[in-house]
Amino acid sequence: MSNIAKAFEGGKAFIPFVTCGDPDLETTAKIVREMAANGADLIELGIPFSDPTAEGPVIQGANIRALSGGVTTDKIFDFVRELRKDVSVPLVFMTYANVVFSYGAERFIGTCRQIGIDGLILPDLPYEEKDEFLPVCRQYDVDLISLIAPTSADRAAMIAKDADGFIYIVSSLGVTGERAQITTDISKLVSVIRENTSIPCAVGFGISTPEQAKSMSQYADGVIVGSAIVRKIAQYGKDSAAPVGEFVNKMKNAIR
Amino acid sequence: MTNPKGRFGIHGGQYIPETLMNAVIELEKAYEHYKNDPDFVRELNELLANYAGRPSLLYYADKLTKTLGGAKIYLKREDLNHTGSHKINNVLGQALLAKKMGKTRLIAETGAGQHGVATATAAALLGMECVVFMGEQDTKRQALNVYRMRLLGAKVVPVTSGTATLKDAVSEAMREWTSRIDDTHYCLGSVMGPHPFPTIVRDFQAVISKEAREQILEYEGRLPDAVIACVGGGSNAIGSFYNFINDKDVRLIGCEAAGRGIDTFETAATVNTGRVGIFHGMKSYFCQDEFGQIAPVYSISAGLDYPGVGPEHAHLHDIGRAEYVPVTDDEAVDAFEFLSRTEGIIPAIESAHAVAYAMKLAPTMDKDKIIIVTISGRGDKDCAAIARYRGEDINE
Repeated sequence: MSNIAKAFEGGKAFIPFVTCGDPDLETTAKIVREMAANGADLIELGIPFSDPTAEGPVIQGANIRALSGGVTTDKIFDFVRELRKDVSVPLVFMTYANVVFSYGAERFIGTCRQIGIDGLILPDLPYEEKDEFLPVCRQYDVDLISLIAPTSADRAAMIAKDADGFIYIVSSLGVTGERAQITTDISKLVSVIRENTSIPCAVGFGISTPEQAKSMSQYADGVIVGSAIVRKIAQYGKDSAAPVGEFVNKMKNAIR
Repeated sequence: MTNPKGRFGIHGGQYIPETLMNAVIELEKAYEHYKNDPDFVRELNELLANYAGRPSLLYYADKLTKTLGGAKIYLKREDLNHTGSHKINNVLGQALLAKKMGKTRLIAETGAGQHGVATATAAALLGMECVVFMGEQDTKRQALNVYRMRLLGAKVVPVTSGTATLKDAVSEAMREWTSRIDDTHYCLGSVMGPHPFPTIVRDFQAVISKEAREQILEYEGRLPDAVIACVGGGSNAIGSFYNFINDKDVRLIGCEAAGRGIDTFETAATVNTGRVGIFHGMKSYFCQDEFGQIAPVYSISAGLDYPGVGPEHAHLHDIGRAEYVPVTDDEAVDAFEFLSRTEGIIPAIESAHAVAYAMKLAPTMDKDKIIIVTISGRGDKDCAAIARYRGEDINE
């Protein structure tokens, strides 16, 4: 069983996101430990990219802060190595195709395996292009996570059949960021996924409140929250570990 | 094995969020259908002839030729098209296609504003809503074009993210398309982005070389020795090259914006200084750092100020069929002034990059050789900026 499957074993999974190096890697380390201590079942670690085309303004801001602070792929690898000494919660990287491609797929994914990264989310790598990295991911047992969107329609079955780790359901059209309402029929997407795979699915994009998390967890196996956390980090800076931990605790309790 | 769809050698592909996949698949299907639909082809040809003013002239620049003292120089006058650049060729095609697909709204990115103006124009003509994304820095460099777009009924959104230039305008247009697909077509302005855009835009721009080939055969009874065009994303260049690709004796030369020089960080010469990467939906050459972060690029020309290049150009470079040469700001500004004074033709600063290289190349060639230079656009929009470059502050 992959480490990712374990994240979904104890009921509904809460999956928080953080951009590595925002505002610096020391703070990210504290945040990740607080997330784990407060019930995070799996943590998405963002490797910042200069031009994150799938992100709304909040996570774009985190990418800029992290990159201007001097964070690099190599520094993030060292940071995860250090983190893995005491953090056992499953970890996945979320970044953009060019960060992996430019480092070299073999070298990047091989390093993921070696430092204890369990999966990889690349929002600009759709089903049609996944062979760019999938063979290497499977060789190193790093799950390449597939995304399914409200516009996927008849693509959902095809994507689900071939998916590894868990399926990331994109709740809404558009880019990442908090939304007052999620109008997509998630239950319908989930039932298509269920017909085609037994791996878990988690919903992300737009979720920021315990009420939304609870509502989404009725349909899916997990809930992903990014922008609402990044917004707190933007607000509290180096002191954000405690408020983020408190928020994770509240969200996890809402879906228990 | 990577997806063979929309590939030019190793380049191209569809590296976009899942949310957009059905939109590009739908676009590809519609394009494959309409490009062979006699009614669509007739409507587009009528618009190109009676609205855009095609065919554009292939003008023999006698004075320029004699002043340089080498090869005969012909100018393919895309600057004479309605809206003042080659951008209208692609926009009329895409807007008509979008309309057939039932879309009511066009969004576009623009650098210098030429593509934005062309899109706003087509939207006005075809009764569609139009929103143009433009880097905030470019809205200042090209204030006149911002006004033109607004005059044509378009909404112009200044983009403040990243370097606030063309690449950020593309990113923002992509984000907007992700959030509103049903009624909206993303009218991409260059031979870039995910498949099928590089192919669609190339096909609509190929009219440049289709005409130029017929015209030069008529005037000279033979093909040219070289075709020169400027390259940002590369739409006027691919349009100028396309119908000569199989004519192996015709040199195809793309002029990249070197900014302050390819040995500086202030450059936008992608093929000359970049590496293969994946960005904005395609695999191609990009200016980037060792960790794949896209580099902030620089050129005096807002239209060439882009860190990537269309995938078909990347492939033509790989196989050695086309050459990509760097041209600096200084050389382009000199050519801007030189062509204005020698021929009475004020080229866009983008096109001036191609003129600059022709000025170097022509004197090295025999007098019986022939060069075609594509003047992709007119330079009125650049006059204030060039005056500033020369230390003169004028009011537009």
